Amino acid sequence: MGSIFQIILHRLALGLVTLLIVSMVIFVAVNALPGDFAQAILGQGATDEAVTQIRADLGLDQNYFLRYFGWLGNVLTGNLGISFAQMNFASGMGGDQVSLVGVAEQIAPRFRATMFLAGVTAMIAVPISITLGILAALYRNSLFDRTVNIATLSSISSPEFFLAYILILLLAVLNPVFPSLSNVYEGMALGEKLNRTMLPALTLTLVVTAHMMRMTRAAIINLLASPYIEMARLKGISPMRVIVRHALPNALAPIINVIALNLAYLITGVVVVEVVFVYPGIGQLFVDSVKIRDIPVVQACCLIFAAAYILLNLIADILSILSNPRLRHPK
Amino acid sequence: MTQQLLKIRGLKIEGKSDEIWNPIVNGIDLDLKKGEVLGLIGESGAGKSTVGLAAMGFTRDGCRISGGLVEFAGIDLVTASAAVKRGMLGKRIAYVAQSAAASFNPAHRLMDQHTEAPTQHGLQLKADSELDGIELYRRLRLPDPDNIGFRYPHQVSGGQLQRAMTAMAMSCRPDLIIFDEPTTALDVTTQIEVLAAIRDIVEQFDTAAIYITHDLAVVAQMADRIKVLLRGDEVEEADTRNMLTDPKEDYTKSLWAVRSFQRPSKPAVLKGATPIVSLKNVSAAYGKSPVLFDVDFEIHAGRTVAVVGESGSGKSTAARCITGLLPPKQGHIEFNGEALPLDYRKRSKEQLRQAQMIYQMADTALNPRSRIGDIIGRPVQFYSGLTGPAKRKRVEELLVQIEMEPSQYIDRLPGELSGGQKQRIGIARALAAEPQFIICDEVTSALDQLVAEGILKLLAQLQDDLGLSYMFITHDLATVRAISDEVVVMKDGRVVEQGPKAEMFRPPHHPYTDLLLSSVPEMDPDWLTNLLKIRGVDNIGDAAVQKM
Repeated sequence: MGSIFQIILHRLALGLVTLLIVSMVIFVAVNALPGDFAQAILGQGATDEAVTQIRADLGLDQNYFLRYFGWLGNVLTGNLGISFAQMNFASGMGGDQVSLVGVAEQIAPRFRATMFLAGVTAMIAVPISITLGILAALYRNSLFDRTVNIATLSSISSPEFFLAYILILLLAVLNPVFPSLSNVYEGMALGEKLNRTMLPALTLTLVVTAHMMRMTRAAIINLLASPYIEMARLKGISPMRVIVRHALPNALAPIINVIALNLAYLITGVVVVEVVFVYPGIGQLFVDSVKIRDIPVVQACCLIFAAAYILLNLIADILSILSNPRLRHPK
Repeated sequence: MTQQLLKIRGLKIEGKSDEIWNPIVNGIDLDLKKGEVLGLIGESGAGKSTVGLAAMGFTRDGCRISGGLVEFAGIDLVTASAAVKRGMLGKRIAYVAQSAAASFNPAHRLMDQHTEAPTQHGLQLKADSELDGIELYRRLRLPDPDNIGFRYPHQVSGGQLQRAMTAMAMSCRPDLIIFDEPTTALDVTTQIEVLAAIRDIVEQFDTAAIYITHDLAVVAQMADRIKVLLRGDEVEEADTRNMLTDPKEDYTKSLWAVRSFQRPSKPAVLKGATPIVSLKNVSAAYGKSPVLFDVDFEIHAGRTVAVVGESGSGKSTAARCITGLLPPKQGHIEFNGEALPLDYRKRSKEQLRQAQMIYQMADTALNPRSRIGDIIGRPVQFYSGLTGPAKRKRVEELLVQIEMEPSQYIDRLPGELSGGQKQRIGIARALAAEPQFIICDEVTSALDQLVAEGILKLLAQLQDDLGLSYMFITHDLATVRAISDEVVVMKDGRVVEQGPKAEMFRPPHHPYTDLLLSSVPEMDPDWLTNLLKIRGVDNIGDAAVQKM
């Protein structure tokens, strides 16, 4: 087992290095955006003095390296900074910072909401995709297989907002099953929260199912020519059991990786769905902050997205490694 | 006891290629009584595996039974429904595949795979089936029978896996087992153990068997009757002893005659001559695990040195050291008395040119997307700088040398050639560099005997014409006998014995050489029985190796 532990430590260290590099990229990219917060908030009638004053207040006039390492140091101690948008520039002094809410506290509820939506979606989409993938592999090239393939491909090829409006039409307007507005808030009862989250979750399910289902199908079919599958069939094992017991355990690695990629997408890429359903996730906050060049929030969001991607891929890597019996049970 | 178990009449099987159904088996008849063992032999493409699977009512993807009758215990498996067939498979007819390592599911323990058929067919509870499995492992003389079943396939050696697979086939006590080349992938010493185990257990349970192999000597030990197939047709069928002593058909006779090729031996090497290649105290390792220890041998001009040993003995690693693909940890390699840089990247083009290689799997050693002319033309251009018509002319010369018509083959792709032709292209590619020395790594072991013999003859001819030296890596002692001048025997990364061929095949031997030599199956049907008597049941094959 020592070797697995080493592999995991190694991957973890690599993940941290990746995150560090990503933090640099984020910083450079955010600072490369045209215009800055001072210009954005003061508008077209800004005087040079006012712009300079605000820049000085926010430390935007400092050297890039100082700002990067200052930010990095703060992030490492858990301080994501203060949102520019909350500061009171009317006083000319950047406001009374003690009473302000930090970026961390500002993002936290939004992030929890996003995680909730991603979690609900995953709980619906992953079992459906894997089941459909297994069935498509079992009845490969049948009418069922083709129908499932065409259906999932069409849903992934349609724009998200279009799927969202279709679902609203079907499940909120014509048959009022779920509310079309998903304005959940912290402290809401779980049942109500689930009810309101259902439409965005279903929309996202339609978006992510195709990848996972098709990879499950392909990974299983890929193994069906293996001698051990032939052996299982020659032992008189039923087709369903051949696939679930003999093919699936050996097909897990690619399936796990596609699931991880899709979960990462659910955390980072769902802003359109949030807008359609007025869901208070992190995506909307992110887009709003980019608009006004609210750098601390933008950077914090980017960093969370990056961390989510890296962490999910890391978990997928580790699970794929663990799915290999040669590593779990060394000689 | 003389009850008919399996009756095949006019069995026709077709395979699909390029959307056309081509015949693979053209009407085979076969009868098998209870407890009888039938040997099915033929070269690759003879349809023996296809017939073996069809006896289970099974065809691989892309094949179909297009006619005939397969009647097992009164049920026609050709027309039976999938559910009826599933009810028979594993339970009354079982299968033992060629590669146990590939045919055990890597994700499950041996025992879980062993108990699957009895529990799924509703014959036994899992716990009872496990106890029975342990008993079968004991009878098949697997080491540590109480625990070996709870390991994963990758934790068990090839010979042990093959016996565990035989145990798995026995799990439902079937009436018939199809053995599809069960020992082809094994070393000779391991093969004996598996053969003995299979023979014993088939006798003990009075199981009928179809034993498929291309190895005549093996089938002579196992079968009561032998049926010879050629390209989907039956050539002849007879009792084992009759078939061996008195084959009727020319094709069968030619199969029997293959083992007779032997090139005349050459005079001894002159004292003090500088060898072409010499390994001096070479030790090597893959990462931290050492594989070669103090290996020391020489190859002289115009001679063939056979390097013999079982898998894992370090033969191919020694070749990798010579070519510089694996720089040794210690020792050095001399070429014509000059020390070579250990890493191939540090060798000059001239040094690289002198040592070429021919590989075991011609299939994977040729780029499937390159035409023959380009495959051979590349080293021609690289080493001798020829281009355009001069290059093409040289490629044509090389094709003539390997006895292939240039105009017919130069623009073909490897996929359009047979196994033997691909291996010839591999030889031409090595010759293109105009080397003095060629390493042949198991070049005939993937080929049928007749084709292999053609390759050996070609190599011998080329040696006479061009004065080449060969390092001939093989585990097949018949090949050694046919082609070598000197022999180096390796075991566990060390040279255990070396010398001229005549001495090596004459006693007294090193005990390991002796074991290797005596483990090669002979055409005598009593060979295995006699050998087991001499060695004793607990001292055969692998067990004997481990005791050394």
